[in-house]
Amino acid sequence: MASTMHEAVRPLPRSDAVVQAVVGRPYLNPYLAGIGLGLILLAAFVVMGRGLGASGAFSATVAWAVDAASPERAAGNEFLAPYIGDGSTHPLKAWLVFEVIGVFAGALLSGLLAGRVRWTVEKGPRVSVAGRLGAAFAGGMLMGFGAHLARGCTSGQALTGGALLNAGAWAFMLSVFAGAYAVAHWMRWQWR
Amino acid sequence: MEMTAPFYKYGLFGDEASLLVAFLIGIGFGFFLERAGFGSARKLVAQFYLTDLAVFKVMFTAIVTAMLGVTYLAWMGLLDLSLVYLVPTHWAPQILGGLVLGVGFVVGGYCPGTSVASLATGRLDGLVYALGIGAGTVGFAFLFPLLRGLYYATPAGPLTLPQLLHLPYGVVVFAVVLMALAGFYGASLIEARASRKEG
Repeated sequence: MASTMHEAVRPLPRSDAVVQAVVGRPYLNPYLAGIGLGLILLAAFVVMGRGLGASGAFSATVAWAVDAASPERAAGNEFLAPYIGDGSTHPLKAWLVFEVIGVFAGALLSGLLAGRVRWTVEKGPRVSVAGRLGAAFAGGMLMGFGAHLARGCTSGQALTGGALLNAGAWAFMLSVFAGAYAVAHWMRWQWR
Repeated sequence: MEMTAPFYKYGLFGDEASLLVAFLIGIGFGFFLERAGFGSARKLVAQFYLTDLAVFKVMFTAIVTAMLGVTYLAWMGLLDLSLVYLVPTHWAPQILGGLVLGVGFVVGGYCPGTSVASLATGRLDGLVYALGIGAGTVGFAFLFPLLRGLYYATPAGPLTLPQLLHLPYGVVVFAVVLMALAGFYGASLIEARASRKEG
């Protein structure tokens, strides 16, 4: 049964510090959330002539960090060099970096309004905190690697390219679902 | 009415103002990600265990909403779609990268955007995941000399599905809407079956 906006507030499972279930007010109906997200994406197209993104902000941040540690290394790297540019502007003064700072602020605002902000490690009941954090790091590495190989992630490729009927983005989107479903069975220990 | 969008490309504001626009658009993006429950890894990965298909529903509702908006504004002559940036298609790296990213999604529980929403709402696993993305980015950057062949392989340029399939734009838009509606109906059946199974 689909969750509705005005569902009663569920009792909070507060048995231990690691909260394993949804806390705070129920989430928004997925179709309404989708319309909201779609209108934000449409606003990006109309105002900026580009879509949303996230992985590009990670590239800019890494380029900045590598540049700070070793400028020769950053300048000599074919992938990072474009994010540093000619040195006339700061690498973090980039559209996607500001957008992702906004994502943080917007998510925090929504979470605070719904009573969903608290320190937790999200995981299934059968996995240790260390096991979950280790898998999170490994998954993040795969995500970072895959997103740069594909020239974008779920935001920049799937959402943005999906709405623009970008052929490569649709191929990418099908691959993401295929990759995730293919290994989901071996990841049950972490979630279920 | 005269065509004036995308506003930035028509010079209605400059680079400095575009960063403010980025921040504001990001707020909307993050707000709806968190509203949908996408700051939660368990909510996200439920998609891959077929117990909660919110990822599919939100994603395709967003795609259809933005697609219809863009199509309508372009048809009205208000938006020049040729000025909206289209990432050039490179089949092999996009398909391989997509597979790796999909594995990373179910192993780690997030994607880059949702990891930011998760750490904003206090999830330490989201923070660790974001650090992992940073590590993966460093790895990709330093392996780039080995990967550049694959990265630039099978280029097809900026390419849309209507161009690929030799179909009118409106026909593909209509087909995507129908596919999404069929998908939403299928998702409701799958969720009903899952909730019966779990009791």
